[in-house]
Amino acid sequence: MNGFKTYFTNFKKTFKVKNFIMYFIVAGAMILFGGLGAAGALKRSFLVLLEQMGYGIIVALALSLVVGFLGELSLGHAAFMSIGAFLGCYFQNSVFPALSSSSPFVALLLAMLIGGAAAGAFGFIIGLPALRLKGDYLAIVTLAFGEIVKVLFQNIPVFGGALGIQNKYRYNVNSLYIIIFAVLLLTLIIVQNLIRSKHGRAVTAIRDNEIAAKSTGVNVSYYKIAVFVISAVIAGVGGVLFAGTQNTFKPAKFDYNYSINILVMVVLGGMGNINGTIISAAIITFINVRLGTVLTGNLAVLKDIFYALILIALVIYNNAPALKKFRSKYNLKNGAAAVWNFLVRAFTKKKAEPDPAREVEFGADWSRIPTKVEMDELLSTDFIPETDKPDRGEGGEGK
Amino acid sequence: MNEIVLKTENLGISFGGLKAAQNVNLTVYKNELYGLIGPNGAGKTTVFNLLTGVYKPTNGTFSLMGENLVGLKQAEINKKGIARTFQNIRLFNNMSVIKNVMVGLANRKEYKCNLAQSLFRTPKYYETEIAMRAKAKELLDVFGLLEERNQLASNLPYGKQRKLEIARALATDPKLLLLDEPAAGMNPQETEELMETIKFVRDKFDMTILLIEHDMKLVGGICDELTVLNFGTVLCQGKTDEVLCNPEVVKAYLGE
Repeated sequence: MNGFKTYFTNFKKTFKVKNFIMYFIVAGAMILFGGLGAAGALKRSFLVLLEQMGYGIIVALALSLVVGFLGELSLGHAAFMSIGAFLGCYFQNSVFPALSSSSPFVALLLAMLIGGAAAGAFGFIIGLPALRLKGDYLAIVTLAFGEIVKVLFQNIPVFGGALGIQNKYRYNVNSLYIIIFAVLLLTLIIVQNLIRSKHGRAVTAIRDNEIAAKSTGVNVSYYKIAVFVISAVIAGVGGVLFAGTQNTFKPAKFDYNYSINILVMVVLGGMGNINGTIISAAIITFINVRLGTVLTGNLAVLKDIFYALILIALVIYNNAPALKKFRSKYNLKNGAAAVWNFLVRAFTKKKAEPDPAREVEFGADWSRIPTKVEMDELLSTDFIPETDKPDRGEGGEGK
Repeated sequence: MNEIVLKTENLGISFGGLKAAQNVNLTVYKNELYGLIGPNGAGKTTVFNLLTGVYKPTNGTFSLMGENLVGLKQAEINKKGIARTFQNIRLFNNMSVIKNVMVGLANRKEYKCNLAQSLFRTPKYYETEIAMRAKAKELLDVFGLLEERNQLASNLPYGKQRKLEIARALATDPKLLLLDEPAAGMNPQETEELMETIKFVRDKFDMTILLIEHDMKLVGGICDELTVLNFGTVLCQGKTDEVLCNPEVVKAYLGE
């Protein structure tokens, strides 16, 4: 009892509503859409969109661990997803079909465990070259890995070969999206908890300066592999959920383009920005799906062109000054603070004053998950005066 | 006599035919401020890289408090008690000042908290996290960085970045601190301040410090003992005053 009390005090001490805002949003969406869905107010196509957004965000979060926080480029995350999808589906179809028909929920959970574990094992394998390779070279290895996995699945008859695997026990569309959202919430919690711990700091330290991280006692090999494994497990679970939404799916679905699509979500959301990744993953999925439904018939060939144009526009105007100003004024944090103040005022009938001591102590820097590449720096065509950046030169290894 | 903290015996490394350092014998006693000087390319940083495990020595050994550390990885050597700073400041630029220090704290025994405990936020997580934060603030306060603790490390002025690097190194609870040209790029006033900081660190943390420096004023002002390297070999060793007057040393630096 006493232990619980300490736990609660410690929790309260570090609690900041803006750190938890995304949890509330996801949980709120789950409850809202769950209720509406149960009442039959949602169209089937909308439920499918929710499903796609859900697993899209899960996989984007997985990749954001590797790209945004570890600072390594992976172009093979669709492969982890496909491992989860095919293994999960295979187990549901062939290993425990009785369970799949009698209690599909348990079967799906089991499939997620198996798919996640299998993808995690492959994450370990791909983490090994990451110890020696960096940047572009690792990207090439992961790219090759993705293609190898695709070709393997195309040639294994058990998984249906190139024609793909049939999902015999497809989960009920009216409830699968709730499960996906629940998994999304869990993923989000795990990713945030990882990042805001000493382990997360070690990972970002490796990203910022590997040599300094080593000399500060960070076990670089351990963390690189750990991040790849965790990321792969999450992507694998996302793959199982993807499989649950499909009647049949082919290995060709998980190609290079799909990996790039996930990467686009992460980059557009801002490297190392979890909330941004979630929002951009939702938006990109939405655009993709909408384009598919709007452009029918002969126009369907234009889909990729429009998609590319929209992406280019998004990237360019993502950092437009007016939009930036708007965002800094109406961002999630401020919104959360406003809602929180309103609630506090409503329930306690006193004005909520931010405690200045706590603000300084935990607020400001817990919420700021460091971002690697400032997008405006990357994209700005303006001339950036170098005068305020003192030139320190670059030394050799360990200088 | 004082306890020996660092002892190197015939330490050396060759890259192919190039003998970057050879037969370096250093004995650093507890609480000493030991200077390593020499002209450009003399192998000073190479010695540091050997001591911190960046390179593996091709011959010779070195030991910390009597324990042989040859062949260990960088992170392991750091855990054994050798921390360093870099000639070109290497901070975690996209992390806040306090987080830079907390990365250093993470390996201490008192802040043990494994990955699973962190992922699921057990009571242990909150306990260590709060304790680490308090400790980091304490350390930053010592270096006058408390006010800037929530800034990005890259936004600090140059002198403070140096201090932060030292604070981060000290956060790992080392027995020996290696400072690689701490005064590089500083103006005389900042150098003066740095000298005070280094002495202060030695006294406050009961630290043993080995430093590389070109600034003779700083070296002459604070070092107890010196070793002069030239072309990878030891040219001269001894008390600071004697070494600095040695004609061989003057010749190595200024030519005949």
